Amino acid sequence: MLLSMRGIDKSFSGVGVLSAASLEVAQGEAMALVGQNGAGKSTMIKILTGAYSRDAGEIDFRGEPVDFRSTAESQAAGIATIYQEINLAPNRSVAENISLGREPRKFGLLDRATMRADARAVLRRFNLELDVERPLGEFGAATRQLVAIARGVSQNARLVIMDEPTSSLDEREVAVLFDTIRTLKRDGVATIFISHRLGELYAICDRVTIMRDGRTVAVSAMQDISRIELVRAMLGRELTAFTARAHGEARVHEPLVEAKNLAAGLRVRNVSLTIGKGEIAGLAGLLGSGRTETARLIYAADRCDAGSVSVEGRAVAYAEPADAIRDGMGFVSEDRKVEGIVPEMSVRENMTLAILPRLQRSGVVDKQQQGQIVDRYVRALGIKCASAEQPIRELSGGNQQKVLLARWLCMNPRLLIVDEPTRGIDVGAKAEILKLLRSLADDGLGVLMISSELEELIAAADNVTVLSDGCSVALLRAGEITEERLMTAMAHQQEAAA
Amino acid sequence: MSTAETSTPAPRAPRLGSVRWISRYGTLVAFLALIAFNVFVTPNFLSWQTLSLNLTQVAAIVIVATGMTLVIATGGIDLSVGSLMAIAGALAPMIFLGSILPMPSPALGVALALVAPVVAAAALGWFNGMLITRYRIQPIVATLVLFIAGRGIAQVLTNGNLQVFRNEAFQFIALGRIFGIPTQVAIMALVVGLAAFVIRRTGLGRQIIAVGGNEQAARLAGIPSVRVKRLVYVISGALAGVAGLIVVARNSASDANLVGLGMELDAIAAVAVGGTLLTGGRANVLGTLLGALVIQLVRYTLLANGVPDAAALVVKAALIIAAVYIQQQAERA
Repeated sequence: MLLSMRGIDKSFSGVGVLSAASLEVAQGEAMALVGQNGAGKSTMIKILTGAYSRDAGEIDFRGEPVDFRSTAESQAAGIATIYQEINLAPNRSVAENISLGREPRKFGLLDRATMRADARAVLRRFNLELDVERPLGEFGAATRQLVAIARGVSQNARLVIMDEPTSSLDEREVAVLFDTIRTLKRDGVATIFISHRLGELYAICDRVTIMRDGRTVAVSAMQDISRIELVRAMLGRELTAFTARAHGEARVHEPLVEAKNLAAGLRVRNVSLTIGKGEIAGLAGLLGSGRTETARLIYAADRCDAGSVSVEGRAVAYAEPADAIRDGMGFVSEDRKVEGIVPEMSVRENMTLAILPRLQRSGVVDKQQQGQIVDRYVRALGIKCASAEQPIRELSGGNQQKVLLARWLCMNPRLLIVDEPTRGIDVGAKAEILKLLRSLADDGLGVLMISSELEELIAAADNVTVLSDGCSVALLRAGEITEERLMTAMAHQQEAAA
Repeated sequence: MSTAETSTPAPRAPRLGSVRWISRYGTLVAFLALIAFNVFVTPNFLSWQTLSLNLTQVAAIVIVATGMTLVIATGGIDLSVGSLMAIAGALAPMIFLGSILPMPSPALGVALALVAPVVAAAALGWFNGMLITRYRIQPIVATLVLFIAGRGIAQVLTNGNLQVFRNEAFQFIALGRIFGIPTQVAIMALVVGLAAFVIRRTGLGRQIIAVGGNEQAARLAGIPSVRVKRLVYVISGALAGVAGLIVVARNSASDANLVGLGMELDAIAAVAVGGTLLTGGRANVLGTLLGALVIQLVRYTLLANGVPDAAALVVKAALIIAAVYIQQQAERA
């Protein structure tokens, strides 16, 4: 084995992130490393490269026990890491980037001729003919990535780690990258390939290591594991007889919002879905399948390249979220801190941020009305805060989430989009929020709920649209929503749909 | 994260930590301490004249710093204010002296001289906002454009000449009195009062704070962040214009080289000492007023007690460091 990590433990401030995780990579093999968000993949990689220290466990690299204290040490030992956003210098030339940090010198001065010749030689190994004197930033994402790989290899890397290398590449660029990985294999260089696109794993990887909840749950040769088995291992639990919630038969809901053939960038390629009045429409898919991006398109937080959205049969083309809000939409982002709360503002002000235009009398906020709204929702949702004047950043995650839900509920919306509404909040608050969404839907609100927790979708959603690789591949209706079917759809092979 | 998740009921003691207390009331305490010190040490401090002198000296700074407070609250900065003052200060005498257009009546000339320069400065503020919102240039760079070019424009307008004038109607905004209060002080009070009201009570005020506090969240909550940002630069420009008029009226002269020179830094200093975070998301307009008064009083105290002005500058710098340091400590607490 080229690399062997065994029994790796790691916890951050008392919270276990890895427990007895392992990872083995043979010389010249491409090892896929997969798992849900928070499974521990990146912590594992950071421990390997010396960015984090480990609490327990052993690492052997090239047959010797190692203990890297910094990424520089692991690099020197032959481990190159290529990140999604490549940390090279875009304004410097390709040649300078390849030799960054160990520039050839002659009489104490830079030896530019050697630098260029070295760079060309390295790139030739990957069949790349580039003008090495041009700034790196002038090349596309794929080329920049290849240059980063070439740089790693030129430092005699024996192991190249690629973290989601294809997320910003188009198909042709992916093909070039795969050629590069094949070249690496031929030269005996191993690759750890982290990706959420299952198809790619089958195309290029030899084996796969699957992580879940900080443990290594399965290792398999790629050809010995089916897609559905892979997804099942990632998402966990033996399949139970856990089926759709019993409440009511499949009611037919009048369509509220219809999205047809949405496409934007590389993440959303062809998504159609319908959200009915009074229904919770679920949106499922693996990480990177385009769930959040789809929701943002409907809400006009991002622009569509193609496709159409209609509300109650009327085609709409919003330019800004403000337009969507005026039409009765609300959006609770998956990232509370970055896209939800205004941390310094009070609970009162955070809650009434969207409704401000309606609270004004010739520009002046009607404090009394504002206070009434806030009191009502603090009580109705059981928000725990010292007072409505407390800064929202001091609240727990669950209470912050309730304030953000109240931000939209006080507008009496027609459609509420909730992206991972229960992420990072405790079990009690989780159940409360799902119950709240249910009762709102029963009152006629349309809800689009994105979740990566299958049991949450099964418990709450009336129907689930499943995305895979930027395309909507299945619509499961009440009675059909089971873990088995969800997983099968998520693991859906793109080729089959085409 | 998840450890803090356990639903602790949130009855927090309303007591503030000492660092927080200093950061919230420190400027006020410093202000009161300076007054107390002067009452005992500086001869004739408690007089109408001293008050009037200090307030008139600080009026222009406060007016500009109020606009700056709004800009900084959105997470921006406006370096062009001093140059916009010079442009407004150059335009006004040209208008009422009739050197641009012959004025049919002196009254019309003065009225135009009071309005047109402010509109021009506001328009240049709008230009700042455009650079920042449409072309996504960082505020410090975008406003550097007019910081440099603005003073040049003012000099070209006047051919680099000093304009000397005597025009009682125009100069009323600096030298006149309303119910015994110097007009410039009254204008300052009006501007501060209005801005404080806007921040505290209006939807626009909330939007300004939200954009500075978390622009992405604000946009997703439907706040027109582009419009809000442009507007604060327009306001900052207009207020710089008003300050420019007051300064030239006070001096009976307009020198494009000198009007508003260094004002951007004085204004930023007042905002910082006044307790508004330079990172945005908060605005303390009354704090800015206090900050400017503290800086002015320190200078006055030193001068009145025989310390040369050059040394006073060092003290001013020390004051700014102290204010920012206390704020940072409070943030960490």
